[in-house]
Amino acid sequence: MERSTGAPLPGGRGLYEVRFHGRGGQGTVIASVLLAEAAFHEGKGVQAFPFFGVERRGAPVVAHTRIADGQIRLACDVDRPDALIVMDPSLISSVAGPSLKALRPGGFALLNSSRSAKELGLSDVAGHVVCFDASTIAREHGLGSAASPIVNTVVLGAFSRLTGVVSWPSLRAAIEKKVPTKTEANIAAAQKAYTAKGSP
Amino acid sequence: MAAELLSGNQAVGEAVRLAKAQVVSAYPITPQTTIVEHLAELIGSRRLAADYITVESEHSAMAACIGASLAGARTFTATSSQGLALMHEMLHWASGQRAPIVMANVNRALAPPWNIWVDHSDSMSQRDTGWIQLYAETNQEALDTVLQAFRVAEDPSIMLPAMVMLDAFVLSHTYMPVELPDARVVDRFLPSFSPVEKLTPGSMQLFGSFSPPNLCFMELRSAMAEAMGRARGLLLRASKEYAELTGRPALGLVEEYRTEGADVVLLAAGSLAATARDAVDLLQNEGKRVGLVRVRAFRPFPEKEVRALGRRFGTLGVLDRAYSYGAGGPIASEVRAALYGLPRPPRVASFILGLGGRDVRPDDLVKLYRRLLRGETPKEEWVGLHAPAGGT
Amino acid sequence: MAKLTLPERELVEPGHLACQGCGAALAMRLFLKGTGPDTALVIPACCWAVIAGPMPTTCLKVPTAFSAFEATASVASGIKAGLRRTGRGETLVAGFAGDGGTADIGIQALSGAAERNEDMIYVCYDNEAYMNTGIQRSGSTLPGTWTTTTPAGVGKTTPKKDMPAIMAAHAIPYVATLNPSFPEDFVAKVKKAASMHGLRYLHVLADCPTGWKHDPSLMVKVGRLATTSHLWPLYEVVEGAYRVTWEPSNPTPLEEYLKLQGRFAGMSPAEVASLKKMVEERWKALKARTTTGTLATGSSPPSSATVAPVPSAPSPRAPAPASTSKMGPPAISATSRAEAAELPLCYKTAKRCDGSCGMLQPGGLCWELFALGPRHF
Repeated sequence: MERSTGAPLPGGRGLYEVRFHGRGGQGTVIASVLLAEAAFHEGKGVQAFPFFGVERRGAPVVAHTRIADGQIRLACDVDRPDALIVMDPSLISSVAGPSLKALRPGGFALLNSSRSAKELGLSDVAGHVVCFDASTIAREHGLGSAASPIVNTVVLGAFSRLTGVVSWPSLRAAIEKKVPTKTEANIAAAQKAYTAKGSP
Repeated sequence: MAAELLSGNQAVGEAVRLAKAQVVSAYPITPQTTIVEHLAELIGSRRLAADYITVESEHSAMAACIGASLAGARTFTATSSQGLALMHEMLHWASGQRAPIVMANVNRALAPPWNIWVDHSDSMSQRDTGWIQLYAETNQEALDTVLQAFRVAEDPSIMLPAMVMLDAFVLSHTYMPVELPDARVVDRFLPSFSPVEKLTPGSMQLFGSFSPPNLCFMELRSAMAEAMGRARGLLLRASKEYAELTGRPALGLVEEYRTEGADVVLLAAGSLAATARDAVDLLQNEGKRVGLVRVRAFRPFPEKEVRALGRRFGTLGVLDRAYSYGAGGPIASEVRAALYGLPRPPRVASFILGLGGRDVRPDDLVKLYRRLLRGETPKEEWVGLHAPAGGT
Repeated sequence: MAKLTLPERELVEPGHLACQGCGAALAMRLFLKGTGPDTALVIPACCWAVIAGPMPTTCLKVPTAFSAFEATASVASGIKAGLRRTGRGETLVAGFAGDGGTADIGIQALSGAAERNEDMIYVCYDNEAYMNTGIQRSGSTLPGTWTTTTPAGVGKTTPKKDMPAIMAAHAIPYVATLNPSFPEDFVAKVKKAASMHGLRYLHVLADCPTGWKHDPSLMVKVGRLATTSHLWPLYEVVEGAYRVTWEPSNPTPLEEYLKLQGRFAGMSPAEVASLKKMVEERWKALKARTTTGTLATGSSPPSSATVAPVPSAPSPRAPAPASTSKMGPPAISATSRAEAAELPLCYKTAKRCDGSCGMLQPGGLCWELFALGPRHF
């Protein structure tokens, strides 16, 4: 692969690990693949994998993305993520406690919620937690249904803005390549999360 | 060569497309399903010109593959775990009728209790069925190995079926960069299947009729044994030619990683080897003399290579992601057997780990290396049990 | 004398290994007369796995793949796909399995193939027990029958599994019952099936004098009585429409059929009455389903004048080569036996067999002899 390598990865390990929590049907696994695709586009070593439990619509789903300066050989679970992305507001209470503790020093959590960290009772870890209403942006762009919006591309737009781990053009290219339906709406929604005022 | 982000199962599907398989017959089982879905999509979109027989069981999947292969078609199937176990009877028919089918087996534990995660007990249980068995470490290798498996299986001097293993989820559902070889390059490496004999209308051919004790039964079995022996050389040749054509590294029956000057080496198959590479790197950074040998071929067993290892290293630690009850780790048992009679045999430790998808991390293997370096070489030890269970 | 209308070409060579009076052997002979030579066979574990002969000999003049007991319909599906993909898709693929391999262990694969409407003829030759393994009951055994697993005190009390009805329920193009004692009806149905595509199921009565306990010379007679007593009605189901293809004008009492066979000797009068009731109920139900009427009736097996006409739909397959002009079955061919004996190298001497060791059996079979081909059998 002869590609230019992007900015250095945060954390100083040369390896950056993301864990996604969502519910079946929200596009959680796709989110992990899109992030990997975007980083791959930048010449990074990547890996994306779901934790396969009993995959059922509505059941909690966990997926992971690893991004590295070089080739990734690891074949084990992500136990200490650099970033935690919670896609469904209803999972925050169950996931936030243990997962926030597992975050690496300097890591952070991106929560899809219209409420603040303080309102969610997460003030003790404030500074590590970014709350962001991805559901509203997804609804505005007709992604998923009003009751269960599909927020995967939206949270990735916000993630890109927050971390710079992947650039917006790379994320856009990944969505174009891997999201065959409502591609334009997904790009617009992700871009809004990436650029909009009030975006984290 | 174009690189794509592909799951292990997609990589297998792409290999089947590049191999231009003519008949696919399969039955869905987690975590193999995305292979059969991918193949259905390839066939539906005319990117693969194949008949797709959507059978009602794995037993029938293998039976249909045998029929298609006897008729002279390049034939592929994929399964996992319980499905492979259900195929058992037909696996013997496939090798006995010398049908060079290639099958991807996504390594998954066997129930009970139900468990859909990785271990190698499904394929290790089929080691005596006359199938070539190759274990992939990465998605790239899953693709490369499927192509090489067709080449070796269909060689007129071999004509045995081949199984390509990839670990459940860790490979099957993990997206990694995979370089897709050019279709014309694959065509050169793997010409169309033209067996010396195939089912021919109008002939008086027999495939697998009965043979009493004094006829040819034993001779046919002996011929299979000889063909499996020849497969060693053919695998090496195919790997070398593939490397020359694609620029990918040539892989042997075993593959060594940083073994030069090592006192202690671990042997492992599948994605465990990838984890072990990280452990080796960590320890070598500390100056520890450790290395890794990956077992790529389990059938035919790399006996000669293992004996050579026995002459070079003082301590071998064997990782088994399967167990033969009343005997031990399958790879460890065969490694010990291969070393029999060496004048100064190495000490061999056997570790059973990662059953039913139990996570194995580089740190876990670093600990094993350190113990082996201290001279602790348990005859058999189960690693990572929640509660201690018995002695070694 | 009625004109013989069966194809004369023989695709079953003499020298097979069937018992005397074997209905399955006659069924194969008639079946291949109907299909012609462009046929590939799949034979699972069953009597025919032995009848064809040990390696490397065969009495079958068509290519034959043997396979596992339950795998017939699946292997045939694969062969058809393989032939299609290698430019030989016109060859007829046929499975030829016993009742155990069909109604019991093979029903899953058969049901799957029927649901997929695979392009094959599936023949079940029904001798109403596991005869190859020594007369054990199957799901196709009649109630009241003695077998080695239904001796006195155990018995067979449940009805015979109605395979043709099960297959018809799959909505396949063609289902028919056949009886070698009615050869013209038999071959007409095979030809009709061969002219179609999709899964065609033929359920064939296959007398087994060894297991049914009667003199082998009675095979044809026993077969006739099976149909004239309504026990084995001759009918076909075309796209779901039932039609009786031959109906006796004067049905014979079931007892005439039963009393010829030792396997029914232990039946009590109550059991006979019960079986008669089942036979009559099934016959009435069949007649009730029959929508297109019967084609032929008579008190004796049909001649060419009364046999159901074969539809004139052209066969999509290559026409059968012209048969010889000789009437009746050809004489046993000495050359075909000699060919079999000349083929192999001797296991012991590594030379062509000359028969001097005394192991050469009548029919050209040698128990010490084999040919190890370049590849396999």
